[in-house]
Amino acid sequence: MNLADTARSALRSLRANKLRSGLTTLGIIIGVAAVITMLAVGEGAKRTVQAQLKSLGSNTMIVFPGTITASGVRLGTGTRNTLTEGDARAISEEVPGVLAAGPGMRGTAQVVHGNLNWSTVVFGVTPEWLIAREWRVARGRGLDDNDLRTGAKVALVGQTVADMLFGGTDPTGQVIRVKNVPFEIVGLLAAKGQSFAGNDQDDIVLLPISTARSRVLGGGPGRSRTVGHISVKMADGVDMTEAEARVRQLLRQRHRLQPDQDDDFNIRNLSEVVEAEQAASGALSGLLAAVAGVSLLVGGIGIMNIMLVSVTERTREIGIRLAVGARSRDILTQFLTEAVILSLIGALAGVALGLGSAAALGHFAGWEIVLQPHAFVLAVASASIVGIFFGWWPARRAARLSPIDALRYE
Amino acid sequence: MTAETLIEVGDLRREYRLGEVTVPALQGVSLSIRRGEFVAVMGPSGSGKSTFMNLLGCLDRPSGGRYLLAGEDVGRCDADRLAAVRNRSIGFVFQSFNLLPRVTALENVELPLIYARVPAAERHRRARERLARVGLAERAGHLPRQLSGGQQQRVAIARALINDPPLILADEPTGALDSHTSLELMALFQELNAAGITIVLVTHEHDVAAFARRVIHFRDGRIVEDHPVQRPARAAEMLAGSSAPAPPSLIT
Ligand SMILES: Nc1ncnc2c1ncn2[C@@H]1O[C@H](COP(=O)(O)OP(=O)(O)OP(=O)(O)O)[C@@H](O)[C@H]1O
Ligand SMILES: [Mg+2]
Repeated sequence: MNLADTARSALRSLRANKLRSGLTTLGIIIGVAAVITMLAVGEGAKRTVQAQLKSLGSNTMIVFPGTITASGVRLGTGTRNTLTEGDARAISEEVPGVLAAGPGMRGTAQVVHGNLNWSTVVFGVTPEWLIAREWRVARGRGLDDNDLRTGAKVALVGQTVADMLFGGTDPTGQVIRVKNVPFEIVGLLAAKGQSFAGNDQDDIVLLPISTARSRVLGGGPGRSRTVGHISVKMADGVDMTEAEARVRQLLRQRHRLQPDQDDDFNIRNLSEVVEAEQAASGALSGLLAAVAGVSLLVGGIGIMNIMLVSVTERTREIGIRLAVGARSRDILTQFLTEAVILSLIGALAGVALGLGSAAALGHFAGWEIVLQPHAFVLAVASASIVGIFFGWWPARRAARLSPIDALRYE
Repeated sequence: MTAETLIEVGDLRREYRLGEVTVPALQGVSLSIRRGEFVAVMGPSGSGKSTFMNLLGCLDRPSGGRYLLAGEDVGRCDADRLAAVRNRSIGFVFQSFNLLPRVTALENVELPLIYARVPAAERHRRARERLARVGLAERAGHLPRQLSGGQQQRVAIARALINDPPLILADEPTGALDSHTSLELMALFQELNAAGITIVLVTHEHDVAAFARRVIHFRDGRIVEDHPVQRPARAAEMLAGSSAPAPPSLIT
């Protein structure tokens, strides 16, 4: 019996029991729909994270001041000001592969222009920091070494701050007051959008670190040269693990730490943050995969059940086929084909349902949805495997019947 | 007419085991049938006729004894070989027709060819030809339930003929039919026999057995009588002589 004949006769016997066949495929339909949705959502989340990662720079690390361990109690990151501008300079000069390493300080402040005010994040930074964090200037200029040396009262503002205080008009050349200190806006930053933590990255004001330290973010000249963090950007293709080890070694040496002492700083690799993010979206995918797995299993058992019923009902038909020359292999193929066609029909309906639910999620939940061809291949393949796996046992029962027993069956 | 042996059975036995009890349905049957014979098998109910026919048709396996079909020891064949023998060498006609209920007469006739892997076009051609030969050319598209009993049995015969087997086995083929329809069917069997096909046919009716050229009697799983029929009745002539309308053309 060739494939076309087998498929045709399988379709005919499934059509003879349309309702039953339809109900049997429900499990497969739901399972395949879950597979399609899972892959569409998972891939969408992955692309989103990747896009954000790209905007942040994957080969970026940030060094934070470390914790003090005081009689066994950890006091939290940044409880001691251990990092200096000298550390930043040393990293950029002594660690191979560093593209830029710049210090930064972070605070929040009220920013005022005329009668408008806006509470935002204020960073004291250097030109190197701008490079390390991949900030580009959309209008005006960035910061230069002269600004830092002279403690110039100049500022760069993010898109959101510009919108809030200037309502879309060009902010460069205007003056804003940060903690009552007037700053001239020399540049408008190019928009970055949301971070993967969901923060608006464009809600930001950047000042030269020297000015920020003395005028805005407190501390006063007495505590000069300590910094809030150091941003480091490595050249493309540099091994981040190795770079991190080198930075650690350099800082331990500069801070004169003994081998038995803990680091007094923390290095955070942005790709670790992203990995955590991916693990979270992986958990969602895992949940959908579990739904898909359970549905396919239940669907498979449904198919097995209906095929067993079908084999019993059609024992006489099997006897007739054997009597006119069907081999047991032909009978096996026939029932296996029916099981597979049943699950493939379920798979097609499941693909349609999955496309629908993925589109609905994209529309109503605002998730990014990415449909890939291999999702369909996977869905159809898993349905076929379910059909073969669960159709095998009933088909074998049919194939093992002896011709005369099957013919005599009432 | 050749005298070549087609069927050779020696001490053929078949026991059915029903729990503790063993039913000896066939208790040592020896017999040989030459090509071209037309044998009627008679005997009381339960004497083992169907058991014997199922063994001859390779639908069942004997508990003991030997069975040579056209010189081949089918007792030693594996399941696939037996399937091939059923497909090519034997046409089986049942009392209850045994047609697939959901497919047309034409597709029922084609069924053995599907398992012989004959291409579709060739299958249709041959199946139409066989249906015409049993007088049912116009009924090719009918489902079994749309046909009379006699017509269904003709479809079954067309199916049995599809691979030009040397042997046709029929277990009470007229058992479910009225006497006129039976007569038509016997005319068909005689015609096929005249064309060289060996026929072994089980019947309870002496009228039917009268069309054969040899009659075998079974009792309690054994052959108790085996005699030739001197002057077999001619079904076609009886039909022509009867008042009933002539059947559709039996001869192609
Ligand atoms: N599948 C079976 N299981 C058990 N016993 C069986 C089976 N088939 C037949 N028999 C027994 O074997 C014996 C012979 O049965 P068989 O069907 O060959 O008789 P038969 O001559 O064809 O009778 P009939 O004229 O009524 O068709 C009977 O006693 C019957 O009860
Ligand atoms: Mg019988």
